[in-house]
Amino acid sequence: MKELSILIGGKAGDGIRQAGQTISILLNRLGYRIFFYDDYPSLIRGGHNFSIIRASEKPIAAHKENVDLIVALNQDAVEKHQNRLNPGGMILYDSDHVEAEGVGIHLNEIVKGLEGKPIMRNTAAIGGLAKALDIEWAVVEDVMKDTVEKEIELNLKIAQTAYNKVEEPFFALQKLEQNMLPLISGNEAISLGAVQAGLNMYIAYPMTPASAILHYLAAHEDDLGVVTVHPESEIGVILMALGAAYAGARTMVGTSGGGFALMTEALSLSGQGEFPVVFVMAQRPGPSTGVPTYTMQGDLLFVVHAGHGEFSKVVVAPGDAEEAFYLTGLAMNLAWKFHIPTFVLSDKHLSESIFSFDADLDKVQPEDALLWDGKGEYKRYLDTKDGISPLAFPGNPAATVKSTSYEHDEYGITTEEPEQIARMQKKRLRKREGLLAELAKNEQVKIYGNPESKTVLLCWGSTKGACVEVAEELGLKVVQPLVLEPLPIEELKQALSGSDKIIDVEVNATGQLAKLISSHGVCVDDMILRFDARPFTVDVLLDRVKEVLS
Amino acid sequence: MTTVKELGTYADNTWCPGCGNFSILTSIKKVLAGLKDGGFDLSRVAMVSGIGCHAKIVDYIDVNSFYSIHGRVPPAMTGIKLANPDLVVIGHSGDGDAYGEGVEHLIFSAKRNINMTYFIHNNRVYGLTTGQFTPTSPPGFKGRSTPLGSPEAPMNPIELMLSAGATFVARGFSGKIKHLQDVMLAAINHKGFAFVDVLQPCFTFFNTYDFYKDRVYELEGEGHVTSDRTAAFEKAGEWTYGEGDRIPVGIFYQVEKPTYDETLLRGRVPVKLKLKDIRPVLDKHV
Repeated sequence: MKELSILIGGKAGDGIRQAGQTISILLNRLGYRIFFYDDYPSLIRGGHNFSIIRASEKPIAAHKENVDLIVALNQDAVEKHQNRLNPGGMILYDSDHVEAEGVGIHLNEIVKGLEGKPIMRNTAAIGGLAKALDIEWAVVEDVMKDTVEKEIELNLKIAQTAYNKVEEPFFALQKLEQNMLPLISGNEAISLGAVQAGLNMYIAYPMTPASAILHYLAAHEDDLGVVTVHPESEIGVILMALGAAYAGARTMVGTSGGGFALMTEALSLSGQGEFPVVFVMAQRPGPSTGVPTYTMQGDLLFVVHAGHGEFSKVVVAPGDAEEAFYLTGLAMNLAWKFHIPTFVLSDKHLSESIFSFDADLDKVQPEDALLWDGKGEYKRYLDTKDGISPLAFPGNPAATVKSTSYEHDEYGITTEEPEQIARMQKKRLRKREGLLAELAKNEQVKIYGNPESKTVLLCWGSTKGACVEVAEELGLKVVQPLVLEPLPIEELKQALSGSDKIIDVEVNATGQLAKLISSHGVCVDDMILRFDARPFTVDVLLDRVKEVLS
Repeated sequence: MTTVKELGTYADNTWCPGCGNFSILTSIKKVLAGLKDGGFDLSRVAMVSGIGCHAKIVDYIDVNSFYSIHGRVPPAMTGIKLANPDLVVIGHSGDGDAYGEGVEHLIFSAKRNINMTYFIHNNRVYGLTTGQFTPTSPPGFKGRSTPLGSPEAPMNPIELMLSAGATFVARGFSGKIKHLQDVMLAAINHKGFAFVDVLQPCFTFFNTYDFYKDRVYELEGEGHVTSDRTAAFEKAGEWTYGEGDRIPVGIFYQVEKPTYDETLLRGRVPVKLKLKDIRPVLDKHV
């Protein structure tokens, strides 16, 4: 397989993520499929940041621990990562700041000499790297023109000077005859999936790793036809979203664990009042503030069980950008079809990593909610056969729309009568049948690798990328449920049937998916868990799986 | 002429006899009836309430309503207004609701000057949870959670709203129905965030009717200039929710400023937004 991994490291404020993204675009223009991982602590200046850009001829959704090239803007990038270098690997470094064995370029001197700003060392590094990879200058120039927002001429001069300082390329990176794909993050895929399914409003309070959804949609409000709102708190967020849904706007909210904890009281209101709303729950390590800018799959059981009282919800867990796009669209449509809360369960690793995006956009279409036909007296909570009461919105002269957090009659007036209470609870829960039928029309459990293998790697969400590659390497089967509530237990059992060893792979400390399916009588044989706030890389997981199998 | 009865529902009213909420209900119905007779389509009204005795008001009035959860009236109102700015959004909260559990939302509504109206049924006691002190209970108030007397000084919501940026700040008294209706109508007609603290007795847990009756006077007869912020603060300080001889009611402050909904929406109406093609945006990611 033709592939290459590059690590670029420096301190916060060096523009590492930006440089990494530009390198990703460069490799994308050569026809490679990209996975981009960004590792950064929760601070604005100092510390140590690094990004890994992995380019491959085939689609990938994971990075590797080991890399072919390190671009070092600080000494830490060498000290912390040189043990990752593959045989034949190379370090390209700023010889004004870093001591290392490899190819040193006076990046700082170049920038200073051309009167650039210190952050433009990243531009110089890109120039040097491009030459090291034998990428034509014209390609670099095009990419820079497309990505640099300010002082393009100066940036080009800096990049070209560094480009010319590298005398001999040391990786002859072949151009592939493949189409170029858009490079988007999981958060961007979630945003676009929601828009494609008719999103009108996105409401969120900043919280890593969900914040980029707010930033992206706010920056593209007019291009995408979306209104974004940043309220006073997560409680404000979710109540605004329910108010907006009541008024008829398709609304999504996004947060991480702590913010979602604040929203759970109102989650239950969406259950009682039957307000459609989509939650993006992008996990990060807890408990509490935890490790804000790193990753964990630690909130599966929290989300599945969140909210007081009994009501239906849907939880989908995408594992790459395409799934994020499709499943967010599905979540939006299900919310409006069944007037329930739905969840897109992401994590830092999915939300903030960047993928080559190869989705069939037309697969996501906004599906109309069942609207009131205007006949007779409107009853918001009409007790229907399938439990779905047709919608009308305030402003309709023929309808009085009464929504409520209290138990209520069909009209929406408070009730404490036992028959009414039981009737309405049944009506709401009856929607589950239709929901299951609707979900069954979609792919709910995915299988990868060798379908004949009796050894299965069971995973969910962002862990899928590493699992798929390990399974392909070892001839194993991967089973990935996309829907986690209501759990598609029959499909899951079928996918697992015939296996004699189920290895559960999760980025958490207790094996939450294993626990969830055990309540349905499915038990795993082994668990490979990682909970140091880092995602599984392909090579690390490969070793762990081999250990379990030996 | 639309009658108060026509705006009612079949729900049984469960407020205690003598409750100040009856006057507030009648007042808002009369105001809405008047608007309807003037040609306003009441289907454009969306009423939001919180949790507590006040909140039952939405069960007793036949308009669109969102019966929210405790303290969370303003954000639900905000969501409705932003999604469809053509709606006239009216909120009702209790004092525990607005000044306790949900005070952040109250402050932000004023700060933003969102075009909506918020009536606080302020009986200065928790009624539905049977008699505890609230943020506006008088000093030393003996409630079931404070048998030795409230250890806190009361909040002055009029001063709070003036500080926070509300562009319409008023107080009413449930025992002065005609005056209350005038204030309510002015609040609804105000473009921007209109806040009205409505003093009401709780006949069961804190009967303040006689206390207010003897002390309340109308600002309108005193030559108070409502655009004068300093004068508004002065009047707001005249009674600080404890003892006192004179309690002003009426409009303390009213000015016009840009509204949040207009600024944020830039003429867009989210419920009418048309789907856009995502491809041009996606193309920029190659």
